[in-house]
Amino acid sequence: MAGFILKRLLQAVFVILAVTLIVSFAVRLSGDPAIMLTGGAGGVTEQDLQNIRKSLGLERPFIIQYFSFLQGIVVGDFGRSFMGGTPVAKLIGNALPATLLLAFASLLTSIAFSVPLGVYAAVKRGRWPDQLIRILSLVGLSFPNFWLAIMMVLFFSIFLGWLPPSGMEGPQSFVMPALTMAIILTATNVRLVRTSMLETLSQQYIMVARSKGLKDWVVLYKHALRNSAIPLVTYIGLQFGGLIGSIVIVERVFNWPGMGTLAFDAISARDYPVLQGTITVLALFIVFINIVIDIAYGFIDPRIRTE
Amino acid sequence: MSDATAKRGAAREPLLSVRSLSVEFRTEQGPFRAVKEVSFDVEPGKTLAVVGESGSGKSVTSLAIMRLTDYTGGRIVGGEVLFRPNGGEALDLVKASDDTLRSIRGKDIAMIFQEPMTSLNPVFTIGNQIGETLSLHEGLNAREARLRAKDLLQKVRLPDAEKLLDRYPHQLSGGMRQRVMIAMALACNPKLLIADEPTTALDVTIQAQILNIIRDLQQEMGTAVIFITHDMGVVAEMADDVVVMWKGDKVEQAPVRDIFAAPQHPYTRALLSAVPRLGSLKGQPLPKRTPVMLMDGGEPRQVGETHVQNTANYTKPVLQVEKLTTRFDVGKTFLGRVTHRVHAVEEVSFEIYPGETLALVGESGSGKSTIGRTLQQLIEPTGGTVRFDGRDMNAMSHGERRKLRQQIQYIFQDPFASLDPRHTVGYSIAEPIVVHGLIKDRKAIDKRVHELMEQVGLQPQHAKRYPHEFSGGQRQRVCIARALASDPKLIIADESVSALDVSIQAQIVNLLMELQAKRGLSYLFITHDMAVVEKISHRVAVMYLGQIVEIGTRQAVFENPQHSYTRKLLSAVPIADPQRERAKTRIEGEIPSPVRPVGKEPTIHRMHEVEPGHWVALEADAMRGAA
Repeated sequence: MAGFILKRLLQAVFVILAVTLIVSFAVRLSGDPAIMLTGGAGGVTEQDLQNIRKSLGLERPFIIQYFSFLQGIVVGDFGRSFMGGTPVAKLIGNALPATLLLAFASLLTSIAFSVPLGVYAAVKRGRWPDQLIRILSLVGLSFPNFWLAIMMVLFFSIFLGWLPPSGMEGPQSFVMPALTMAIILTATNVRLVRTSMLETLSQQYIMVARSKGLKDWVVLYKHALRNSAIPLVTYIGLQFGGLIGSIVIVERVFNWPGMGTLAFDAISARDYPVLQGTITVLALFIVFINIVIDIAYGFIDPRIRTE
Repeated sequence: MSDATAKRGAAREPLLSVRSLSVEFRTEQGPFRAVKEVSFDVEPGKTLAVVGESGSGKSVTSLAIMRLTDYTGGRIVGGEVLFRPNGGEALDLVKASDDTLRSIRGKDIAMIFQEPMTSLNPVFTIGNQIGETLSLHEGLNAREARLRAKDLLQKVRLPDAEKLLDRYPHQLSGGMRQRVMIAMALACNPKLLIADEPTTALDVTIQAQILNIIRDLQQEMGTAVIFITHDMGVVAEMADDVVVMWKGDKVEQAPVRDIFAAPQHPYTRALLSAVPRLGSLKGQPLPKRTPVMLMDGGEPRQVGETHVQNTANYTKPVLQVEKLTTRFDVGKTFLGRVTHRVHAVEEVSFEIYPGETLALVGESGSGKSTIGRTLQQLIEPTGGTVRFDGRDMNAMSHGERRKLRQQIQYIFQDPFASLDPRHTVGYSIAEPIVVHGLIKDRKAIDKRVHELMEQVGLQPQHAKRYPHEFSGGQRQRVCIARALASDPKLIIADESVSALDVSIQAQIVNLLMELQAKRGLSYLFITHDMAVVEKISHRVAVMYLGQIVEIGTRQAVFENPQHSYTRKLLSAVPIADPQRERAKTRIEGEIPSPVRPVGKEPTIHRMHEVEPGHWVALEADAMRGAA
């Protein structure tokens, strides 16, 4: 186990190196922050721009800039924002909890819906509840999330006035952003749970469990579900990457003070340090989740534990 | 059984009465009736065998008794299942509520299934799975359940019961898992045990042990048993009464001796005639083709004729294998260093002559299939030489090796998995011809495919059909036609008839022998089934843990077995003769594993010749090798 974790951490280092290199390079193709800072004001000379670049450390060769960034990461220093000079670590420290809360809230909501629905669809295979769940899942898949978000705001905030349209103030402000993402996740997870359960339910040990006289829900949720969990858990790990991607859009619509908003603003302002910092932290987070999932396999399935 | 119960037993009503039971499944072609008005009784403490081939409805019947068919899409459309758990009032399980059924399942009626590898839940410990039944039906707490589970494991003669409780199924061998399954089924002292092909997937020596355990515990606990099987040998060993099923109907029921001595229904007669019987060729030096009785629309019909298989030509061997060794690396350290190896084949030597069938017999892990795959160049050998027609395979060029694949063909065990479902059978049969460029002209290829199909007893006009449109036996014929397509000299048949029903098996064996006589083919016949070996082979090699422990003519090995393992293997085969005394031999012990730590090489047996051509490994070496 220790060897396995060590191996994965080693892999993680390479992933982070690759991600930071690509991000640092790509961000510098997006435009000149010095021009952004001067805001296109008149009377700015080339000399002024040079001075700004120099003060930001942008006159140095790319590779030097990259290494000083890496050096900073090791001690947790992501530099300072070009806009206002706040330490990037502090900005991330404020935004990360909001994003994580939203991500986990969506994920848990999606699991709470997709597992019982998927199990039920598998049990009722081919009959109308199964058909209905499959159609609903397809409908859920077909909505673009930004459209769904806007529709919800229109309905719940503007028409009914039940929920705050934006910001993060209290539990009710979680409902719409979390639901927006949960609907997309649930649509795919339901199908995954259903397929995986169908596979498990055809196994001999399920018939053995029934022949013991166990109640249906014990057979389904004790004997079958744990055996169906591996594909679901794998997929949730993969989903995290996509989840982070869609969070940028959803946070934007709901004006959520999270990593997505931070990254989005940094892109528009060509605020290199903030963008590099947010993306590196998000990448680290995805790598971490996937290590956790690999370890979780062992808890779910003893056959993986001994290998 | 005590006198008191015997006296009561005479007047007692049956434990279970199945009356006109019919089960239907919904299919796309409309309802399909798998079981048609079947009736039988099970007496307390007795064993009823339900025999039949695939599609006979025997497994559906066994599931329908506890109404487990409810979960497989089946519907009981008529009849009664009357169960008298306490001797008195009968309960109709067909009409019982779900709650009543659940209180009977696992407590009064328990079931053992065919596949020990998949019938235990992989994510729970053994102790947990046995204890679950006990806490459900007897309200035991975790500690009590654990104690009882341990007792049960000892009852099924599993060593180290305490430790086993915390093990997971994948850490156990198939035989051990089936014993755990029996322990689980017997946990609440059921009145009736339904065993659906419980030993079919096991090696013969393990099968013998499991049958003994079931029989002993049945006597000890007075449990009635319904034994579902296709194996007439097992029937003869286990049953008091026999029900024969055919296409969903019960065609015959009688006490076991009567079934074997005087079968009434033509199907029963056909079935019994197809069963290969160990010892049936006693005193005859050569294998023999014998006619097979087939059911032709409800009437039995004799097919084929008797032919002595005098096809072997012992002048120059077609294949010579010398000190063949194949090992696989398993188990690596963090840095990728190999810690363990599977010693699948160790210095094995043998020869095959033109027109000869050499049988390679052994149990799981003996290395018999690895030899076949190595010869077919599916696996690289670790060492040794293989000569085909006198030429060393190691010295062959890439092209020559490719050509060798044309000369040596392979027939696999599972005819369902070895044909591509997306291609017509005609395409599959033509593929070796196309791949080796034997015939270029499209029309000529089609003609050849049609000829091949005729030779294996298929209708040429079916060449455009897909594998799923054929039965298992027909598919195996397609596989044989494909193997013949490149006009090979040697065919490796790896358990090629093991998965087939006996009547189909008998026909395929006859077909293989007929093709041998016509074409002078040599066969390497890899199998675990001693009775089929006796029927088909000229010479036999017995394998144990990667080495040959005995090799000689069929007559020598079967009538004068020298090595203790050969004797054990022969005595473990259930004989289809109820007159024999049951289970006179006690076989114990697991099959050891061929996995060894690096550096611990197995001892190579020295062989000595006990009579001309009959070689046996020295027992002292064999014992050291197994240690």
